[in-house]
Amino acid sequence: MSHVADEGHHPNVPEADRAPGDLRADRGEIVRSLRTYLIGLGLAILITVVAFFIARTTLVWQPSIPIALFVLAIAQMGVHLAFFLHITTGPDNTNNVLALAFGVLIVGLLIVGSLWIMTNLNHNMLPMERIMQMQR
Amino acid sequence: MSDTVVGPRDPYHIGHGDRAAWRDPHSEHAARDLASKRIIVGYGFWIFLLSDIVMFSAFFATYAVLSGETAGGPGGKDLFHLDIVAIETACLLLSSFTCGIASIGARARNDGLYYGSMAATAVLGAGFLFLELREFAGMIAIGAGPTRSAFLSAFFTLVGCHGLHVTLGLMWLLTMMAQVFAKGYRADILRRVLCFSMFWHTLDIIWVAIFTVVYLMGVGTQ
Repeated sequence: MSHVADEGHHPNVPEADRAPGDLRADRGEIVRSLRTYLIGLGLAILITVVAFFIARTTLVWQPSIPIALFVLAIAQMGVHLAFFLHITTGPDNTNNVLALAFGVLIVGLLIVGSLWIMTNLNHNMLPMERIMQMQR
Repeated sequence: MSDTVVGPRDPYHIGHGDRAAWRDPHSEHAARDLASKRIIVGYGFWIFLLSDIVMFSAFFATYAVLSGETAGGPGGKDLFHLDIVAIETACLLLSSFTCGIASIGARARNDGLYYGSMAATAVLGAGFLFLELREFAGMIAIGAGPTRSAFLSAFFTLVGCHGLHVTLGLMWLLTMMAQVFAKGYRADILRRVLCFSMFWHTLDIIWVAIFTVVYLMGVGTQ
């Protein structure tokens, strides 16, 4: 009965998949994963500080600020996914990455689609004052 | 137990080589027949979290569409205090880190590491929630509640929904501390700890989007 009720973790048996957010259990891995969290924290702090600095600075060309903030946010989400949730490109993470890719697709469709349609509607609609006048 | 197992061992055959490799018990693939329950639970919860992110993306789309519709009321520039938001961000980011340390502590079955970093996570999360509720109360007090304009409705829905998630996460956190205390580092409890830490990290990812889109861009553009 090796397959069913496989509750514990067997350090000698290599697993084919890894749960997202999971770590390996042995001693060396604990030190290594602690290092992973520290690197992730350092990168995240760096990106956050840069984002808060850029949002208020007058040193850079103003129209570039939203784009810079957007790029920094994507970068920070990547840091969180890679270093905190341990979503990597390794073969033990294929399922997790595929699920994430599907999620990103839906999120992108939802946000880009909504903005696209709504700006189009806004563009084609009469200004509110004109509608008010026509109703009188 | 040989080849009599008929059920779907790995129904999707993703990255596991060909079928023949399973049949050979001495193959290195033999251990890959069935993922452990921990992996299945983690994967299922990951899918739930992604669906939660999809739900948040609907709120983000709503906010992005309505962010300019202030109806003559106050806009983001008048309402948001970036200093407070920076402290909130620091709280949540550090709590995500301590939550990761807690999951190391749980895997290593180290009481001090687990309870200590879970308690730190709870304190930081509660600090975040306190600052957010204070911000909401301050806005409502000056007449900038969710009924004032479409912008504020969208703001309170999006940020409030995240705050609600943090509240539920805090309750879950305390439950996990109590369960480990009462039942020890059992495999099923450790699976719940894994799911909780994924949930908490995901809340931080959503907060990254919120502080960027709502606060930083809101202060800059309006």
